[in-house]
Amino acid sequence: MTRTPSRRRAALQRILTPSLVIGAGLIIAIVLFGLIAPFFVADPLAVNNAGMHGPSAQNLLGTTQTGQDVLAQLAWATRGSLLVGVIVAFLALFLSAFFGILGGYLGGWLDEVFSLFTNVVLILPGLPLMIVIGSYVQQRGLLLIAFILAITSWAASARVLRSQTLSIRTRDYVQASKIAGEKAHRIIGVEILPNLLPVMSSGFVFALITAILGEAGLSFIGLGVVGTQTWGSMLFYAQNGQALTLGAWWWFVPPGLMIALLGCGLSLVNFSIDGIINPRLRTAPKQLKQAKKARQASPATKRERDDEPEQAEQEEVSA
Amino acid sequence: MHLLRKLGFYLVALWAAVTLNFFIPRLLPGSPVDAVLAKLALRGPVDPNTRRAIEIMLGADDDKPLIQEYFAYLGGLLSGDFGISVTYFPTPVTQIIAQSLPWTLVLVGLATTITFIIGMVLGTVAGWKRGTWLDSLIPATTILQAVPYFWLALLFIYVLSVNLDIFPISGGYDPSLVRPALDYPFLSNALYYGFLPALTIVLSSLGGWLLGMRNMMVSTLSEDYILTAEAKGLSPRRIMVMYAARNAMLPSVSGFAISLGFVVSGSIIVESVFSYPGIGFTMLQAVQNNDYSLMQGLFLIITVSVLAANLVVDLLYGVIDPRTRARG
Repeated sequence: MTRTPSRRRAALQRILTPSLVIGAGLIIAIVLFGLIAPFFVADPLAVNNAGMHGPSAQNLLGTTQTGQDVLAQLAWATRGSLLVGVIVAFLALFLSAFFGILGGYLGGWLDEVFSLFTNVVLILPGLPLMIVIGSYVQQRGLLLIAFILAITSWAASARVLRSQTLSIRTRDYVQASKIAGEKAHRIIGVEILPNLLPVMSSGFVFALITAILGEAGLSFIGLGVVGTQTWGSMLFYAQNGQALTLGAWWWFVPPGLMIALLGCGLSLVNFSIDGIINPRLRTAPKQLKQAKKARQASPATKRERDDEPEQAEQEEVSA
Repeated sequence: MHLLRKLGFYLVALWAAVTLNFFIPRLLPGSPVDAVLAKLALRGPVDPNTRRAIEIMLGADDDKPLIQEYFAYLGGLLSGDFGISVTYFPTPVTQIIAQSLPWTLVLVGLATTITFIIGMVLGTVAGWKRGTWLDSLIPATTILQAVPYFWLALLFIYVLSVNLDIFPISGGYDPSLVRPALDYPFLSNALYYGFLPALTIVLSSLGGWLLGMRNMMVSTLSEDYILTAEAKGLSPRRIMVMYAARNAMLPSVSGFAISLGFVVSGSIIVESVFSYPGIGFTMLQAVQNNDYSLMQGLFLIITVSVLAANLVVDLLYGVIDPRTRARG
């Protein structure tokens, strides 16, 4: 298969949708902030007499009740939240791949047991379970919290992976390699896994969002990682430090905004992945646009189709 | 057969929840007794006899084998014995749950129903008018979905309650004005206090429904029977509602399971922000006071409620979608 440069550019243009560019831009900006900013900010825990001051030249995002610099806290919290999110997303990806792909491929009673287990985990409400586990453990380290978040968030994508595996399993090339005597682990690794990559990456992005939101929730109620700053723990201290009633918006708005922006970026990326996997979901299909253009070009056909529902929207667009 | 399989699944899930509830405190490092002692030690030196007293209080004083304890625990649950709350000593846990459950059921139930209806209607229209301005609004709702429930709640309180003073900051009703009763003054007051928590839940869970419905609409619209309906000359409205939306809704109904868990989780934190007297707020009180029997009772009640809601939806699904019946 040979590809001319122009075709490659066309393919690239198809993948680089505006939503992917904006989403990736947001993610990269936040990740860079979490990686680099902690080296340049002041000590986030240093207490100062100038408490509850709004944004100024000295403290770009103001100070907390005890005079700690909000920008410095935000930088470290970004790093902490991202770290938790990435660890959890990898753990969840591994768990969902294990239960989904293995069960789907091997079938039989193992599949029955695995999918029963997956469905049970899926239906149990996650946060109450996390609260119960978290409240029993006093030394809540980063890994423990990541583990708790992972075991409550892998099930949904395991179910998707299983159904995908079931459909791939019956395809000719998998059957062919089975007949050729390939071992099961090789078939899964070489024939099935590459075809699941888009679905898995979408699952990874989803797990990342869930993990960061879940961690923020846990930390917000005081059950997060002990001694690590995250967006959730900032909100926890803001809530307990009367930031709301004292009107210290600079304290509780930035952490939530960071979560929202990151989540938004990740969703946009997920949209584009979905669009690549399933072209039927793309927002404006080419044919529809071409049909509109054609109609605009010839007023005769326009009058004929006055009863069509698209007519109203088209006028809105041109107005 | 299909029904039995469903019931069997919910029984297994229930058993898993009960068993988790039993084994989590016993298998995790550190015991409740240690946790309470550590909390007491922060306030001053602890008398050695205190340990024994706390063990008796938490029911950790007998040395029966684990299996025997497990069956005793199951027996206790069947007879409705959830233990005694430490926070509200000596009130039984069941009584506290009975007080807080209605608040959460009404809040989450109403909010979820409203969200579902709005999501279905807007999703139908967006899928129907694909590629228009309404459809391009859909990605924007994912921003709302990425916003943490409790942060949205904080923003609402800051803007609407603290600054504009339109809505109350916290609570489920005004105890100085009304008493809990099924009359107009109380219900209107409760509605007023519940508006912001409900708005928070509706806004932050709407995106998922909307997007799911829109995508299913788009897939359904390319089915042959839609083309047939168009060819028959049916009105667009009839095709949209009776042909496309009716079928596109099915996955949303069955996706209720996943979303309800999210909504319940979200509402726990929302309740804590608003100090709303429901299950979630009570659960956090239990966590802060190391009230383990209350916490575990609440966990069970939440899980059972989620399972029950799902069972109902599952049974309804058999009625809505004849294909599931034919297969069973």
